[in-house]
Amino acid sequence: MSTYTVYVTIENKPGINDPEGETILNDLVLKGNYSSVTKIRSAKMLKFTIKEKDIKSAEKKVRQICDELRIYNPMVSQITVDIF
Amino acid sequence: MKVGVIVFPGSNCDRDMYHVLTDVFKVDTQYFWHEKKLPSNLDAIILPGGFSYGDRLRAGVIAAHSPVIADVKRLAGRGMPVLGVCNGFQILVEAGLLPGVLLKNTSLSFMCKWTHLVVENIKTPFTNKLKLGQKIPIPIANGEGRYYADEQTLAELKKNNQIVFMYGEEINGSTMRIAGVCNKEGNVVGMMPHPERAVEPQINPIDCKPASLIFESLFNTIGVTN
Repeated sequence: MSTYTVYVTIENKPGINDPEGETILNDLVLKGNYSSVTKIRSAKMLKFTIKEKDIKSAEKKVRQICDELRIYNPMVSQITVDIF
Repeated sequence: MKVGVIVFPGSNCDRDMYHVLTDVFKVDTQYFWHEKKLPSNLDAIILPGGFSYGDRLRAGVIAAHSPVIADVKRLAGRGMPVLGVCNGFQILVEAGLLPGVLLKNTSLSFMCKWTHLVVENIKTPFTNKLKLGQKIPIPIANGEGRYYADEQTLAELKKNNQIVFMYGEEINGSTMRIAGVCNKEGNVVGMMPHPERAVEPQINPIDCKPASLIFESLFNTIGVTN
């Protein structure tokens, strides 16, 4: 068994608006004169520390947890899983 | 006859609900801690508002995995009236008992204000004494109250007459201004505004009769006369 760190990023699907990201863009970044920024999407990140036999099992287990326990709501959100 | 009010860690409208049921309407009411079993002889279940588990991860999602939810599902499946108010609505949605999802308000703010609802469905156990189109003055108090349903879900809601309440004004960005929905069978209802804060003239500056009819509809359904 090895220990892996799995990062799960939960963000709204592309069609679902993200007022937090819009506010950060419009009221902070653009007002701070960083005009090259065109879009900001907010997200929540969960960092799992997990003991599994290999990297594939670690990713599979975390994805299973996210689906079964509704860590994200599939109607409006999507996840990306990064593992190190 | 007995109404059960479920208490989750972080519920904070459970006492308001209990007070209204017992002191205003004189109905036998009992609290149930979320780890306890629910007796089968209940006549209705109410999930009150609050901030279960501090809204960690997403409002309602952790409470939706509480042991009591299996009993709520079982009793709802038998047709028992179930009402979720505010966080109770969020929990019912996350538990899969009601369709859709509640997102952060467009304003990004916690909103606490009086508004009014328009009644869209009078066939549920909580609306059968109301009239279609009737206005209900009522307060909202939430940060994640923006109801969202994707197109397919919305089509289903319309087809099955599952939209119970709409806001009478644009308030938080909810799809179609939806404020409350029911399941296909109609016995499980969820709503973001707080009827328990609108049935007493001392705290309702407008008219407490319409919100009272939400409770009186329930008593009408389960056979209580006051």
